[in-house]
Amino acid sequence: MAEESILSDDLLRQLISVGEVDILVGLPTHNHAKTVAHIAQMIRVGLVKYFPRERTAIFNADAASRDGTSDLVKAASISDAREPSALQSLRTLHCISARLPGTPHKGTALQAIVAAADLLRARVCAVVTPETTSMTPEWIDRLVRPVYRDSIDLVTPVYRRHAFDGILITNLLYPVTRALYGKRMREPSPGDFAFSERMGAYLMGQDAWRQELGQSGAEFCFASAAIAAGYRLQQSFLGAKERAVNHSTDLVLAMRQTLRALFWSLDEYYPAWSGVTQSEPVPTLGSEYEVTFEPMRVNRKRLHEMFRAGVNDLGPVLASILTAPTLEELKRCANTADATIPYSDDLWATTIYEFAASYHRTVISRDHIIQALVPLYRGRVHTFLEQCRGASAQDLEQNIEVLCQTFERLRPNLLAIWTKPEGGS
Amino acid sequence: MRDLIVSELSKATQEFARGVAEFLPRLLVMLIIALVGWVVARLVKVVLRRILRLVKFDRLSENAGASQLLTQAALPSSSELLCRLVFWVTWFGFILAGLSALGIVGMEDLISRFLLFLPRLLAAVGIFFLGMIAASFLSRGALLAAVNANLPSARILSYSLRVIVLFLTVSMALEVIGIAEQTVLVAFSIVFGAVMLGLAIAFGLGGQDLAKRVLERRFPDQEGKQAKEDELSAL
Repeated sequence: MAEESILSDDLLRQLISVGEVDILVGLPTHNHAKTVAHIAQMIRVGLVKYFPRERTAIFNADAASRDGTSDLVKAASISDAREPSALQSLRTLHCISARLPGTPHKGTALQAIVAAADLLRARVCAVVTPETTSMTPEWIDRLVRPVYRDSIDLVTPVYRRHAFDGILITNLLYPVTRALYGKRMREPSPGDFAFSERMGAYLMGQDAWRQELGQSGAEFCFASAAIAAGYRLQQSFLGAKERAVNHSTDLVLAMRQTLRALFWSLDEYYPAWSGVTQSEPVPTLGSEYEVTFEPMRVNRKRLHEMFRAGVNDLGPVLASILTAPTLEELKRCANTADATIPYSDDLWATTIYEFAASYHRTVISRDHIIQALVPLYRGRVHTFLEQCRGASAQDLEQNIEVLCQTFERLRPNLLAIWTKPEGGS
Repeated sequence: MRDLIVSELSKATQEFARGVAEFLPRLLVMLIIALVGWVVARLVKVVLRRILRLVKFDRLSENAGASQLLTQAALPSSSELLCRLVFWVTWFGFILAGLSALGIVGMEDLISRFLLFLPRLLAAVGIFFLGMIAASFLSRGALLAAVNANLPSARILSYSLRVIVLFLTVSMALEVIGIAEQTVLVAFSIVFGAVMLGLAIAFGLGGQDLAKRVLERRFPDQEGKQAKEDELSAL
């Protein structure tokens, strides 16, 4: 059995004592004491309120937290004085909390959740990130219902975000996923999502996927596996995504996690994406895109300065990854006075495709390839911020749409360099 | 008297003829061994060239920065250079084996010393190449980390690391070959110690502000961090 390797004997006993369930909600945690009590409470209220007749369980896969996260999950899921008395489940709501062995990768926790869902024969398994402070009980309904009622296989979220929140997603992950896999999935690396029993069973049988899942960027691996295997997809609008922790300081880590998963998926699912000709929308429950424009502190000059310094200092490294014309254009863009030449959509798409091909060929260490993209991403962020200065929500959406179309238009270039036998990109 | 001279001449001629007769087959054997050696060395070279092409040795060498050094020195590619080295070492080994067949006094000692030296030479070449790869990998890693951390003088840091690793590599290679072991060891200790001391003094005294900035960035207090960083979130 595949789950034997990830589920300990004690955890297996706990799961077996629960029996089969209709809905399982997985909560992967690692030192999330600040936020996890609220999340666990929202999950519980959501399950009791929207699925009172179903057999439900919460599974907290904890990666060796030292701040009492597991205890908080158990406490929050047992009772709460604020809970309205009208909310009563007709069945027992089980709560299992397990400490996972090994390194605290989210992928390991996710793998345990998939294995637990498979063992419990859950018709739906939802996964909720423990960092979101704005979660409401409705999220559970919006994630679970499409799978439970409409036989959807994977439900991914759409959030109301700040215009400049998640630029790595809007400027890289979303356009690339859309252009290559042909699915307009707004959050291809979802923190909150739900999947069907069928898809869980499929993923359990995928060795390559499970190996990669043990590492970072598990969410994108999950989504790309579902797209490549042709499962039914849907998006659900969840509302505002607010987090307790600001991710801005971990740019290199964030890029390592997401790009490693993205480039791995391109290698793994080449037969699936190489035949795609055009993109199609993913059905969405609720609003498709919402942004907010609160003031945000951003040092644009510093961004461009880091871009310029990066391009100049990393010249030889970039020369082994990019083609000569792309590198020349990049240098021209970086070294212009007062950043007058923008990092255009065409140049950005070409850069990403050439990086993907170089990663595929391992022209240098793969980790170094991803690190070399960090200063270029900063340059792109600078241009994006300049483009969207004073823009409305529609203008912003239009900018992202144009970028996506550029990625789609230049897609044949990636195919050409991907299959090129030898030499640089 | 005349008979004695004729007899001695005849004896000398016979001994010379016997010597030549004994030497000629040995010479022939030596030539045959050298010829066979040349053929074997050529075969080894061809096979090695194909293997290196198969494992993309030139790309590896390019990534290690060895190709750039060879180009600057107007030398052929690293795979070609390695093939030639292996060819000559192999053929030279056969030639020495052939020379031992001649039975020249002292030759066997020379050959055994050469055969003992050969593994050390190859080990030194291996150490040097691995050192080049390590130097390239580490210096590139340091450059990327420094650039992404927005540290000043990222290229100097990377270049310094490359020089130190290369110096260490050359020292190790020379020590394996046995060339000026003590001199190299002492020179390395002095240079390495001087560099470290220099860096410590420069960083501690000359670069107090820089050190402060780096340490502040490395161990930020939460308030200071919030005040300096952008609020942009990548994901």
